[in-house]
Amino acid sequence: MAKQAVEGEFNIDPMHQFEIKKLIPLDLGIVDISFTNSALFAFIAVAATIVFMWTAVSGQGLIPGRMQSVAEGIYEFVRNMVRDTAGDEALKYFPYIFTLFVFILACNLLGMIPYSFTVTSHFAVTVFLALSVFITVTAIGFMKHGTHFLSFFWPADAPAAVRPLLCIIEVISYFVRPVSHSIRLGANMMAGHAVLKVLGGFVGAMGVLGILPILGVTAITLLEFVVAILQAYVFAILTCVYLNDSLNLH
Amino acid sequence: MATESHAAGDAAAHGSGGMPQLDFSTWAAQIFWAAIAIFVLYKVLTNSILPKISATLEDRHNVIADDLDSAAELKRQAEEAEAAHNAALATAKADANKIIAEAQGEIDAELAAASAEADAEISARTAESEARINAIREEAKSNAQFIAADTAQALLDKLAPGVADKSAIDAAVNRALASSGVAK
Repeated sequence: MAKQAVEGEFNIDPMHQFEIKKLIPLDLGIVDISFTNSALFAFIAVAATIVFMWTAVSGQGLIPGRMQSVAEGIYEFVRNMVRDTAGDEALKYFPYIFTLFVFILACNLLGMIPYSFTVTSHFAVTVFLALSVFITVTAIGFMKHGTHFLSFFWPADAPAAVRPLLCIIEVISYFVRPVSHSIRLGANMMAGHAVLKVLGGFVGAMGVLGILPILGVTAITLLEFVVAILQAYVFAILTCVYLNDSLNLH
Repeated sequence: MATESHAAGDAAAHGSGGMPQLDFSTWAAQIFWAAIAIFVLYKVLTNSILPKISATLEDRHNVIADDLDSAAELKRQAEEAEAAHNAALATAKADANKIIAEAQGEIDAELAAASAEADAEISARTAESEARINAIREEAKSNAQFIAADTAQALLDKLAPGVADKSAIDAAVNRALASSGVAK
């Protein structure tokens, strides 16, 4: 994030960039669903993804061009990830995981543009995504295995004495999944951007020595690009892992 | 577009470093629009983009498989052609050898026939020549006998006329000729 105009040199608020601003207020009384900057950037990310993908596939070349190669690369990357992690059966859920992956990737990368807004830096969105995955995956488990899915929590291989204890741990760890799943993504995106903002603030505060924080900001910006891609991948592959547990138990 | 800050109370919290992430009053709006955005993305992806990519990949896979198949077919044909070529070459060689052997046999036979004919002619001529030599020799022998007897008669007539006895002279000539090897 580039340095923003703040009141004073030392009065830098790294969290200011995450502020939700209402663009079109829409209060339904019981619930406020105003169109905010978060919604705007979510739609920009979606539009950019669609435009990119659409342009990439409209060539339809048997021998792909650059954009088509990228689109096909992402497609095959996600497809292989789903199949390798959760098996061939999971391929019918491939479109969902592909959508999740490209949405998070687009939001993360869009957030790297200065003055933009990072949709995935808000726990509201990541919790929503993680809970959707959690509920869907649990439903798939029950639909495929019926009540037998509960055996997932019962460690039949363990010694009889510790089974109840392990069962409690399994249940807790299962319900902690959406928490870690969402906070991992949201906190990564938030922390990186906050650090950039803080370092950016130092540039103004340190005068000539500000060159040092600029180097730091440059390095961390590069790191943030890696994190943006990596966190999208991590979110998608964890989804595959959870899906695998539901489909194949363990 | 109106860009008012979300809430006056929140703005104060932000000023003191509060986390906008934990302002739950904004969650419903964020989730609502994020869900719509994701749904739109999902619909567009599944309706047109993903099937297109999948079809392209499938097409490419098929084209490559077809190309490999036709390459294998062409290779097989080439190998067949080579085998046919080798077989034809072997047949031609065998034929040539057979023709050579036949020609050789014919030539040998003709040669043998010709030399047999020549031999026969040679022996016929030899026999003829011998016969003529013998005839000439016989003639010469009888001539010699006659000349010797005549000469002896004439000598005796000159030396002792009236003594000459024709049969005794002939016997003597014959004896002399026999001893000199002229007669048989």
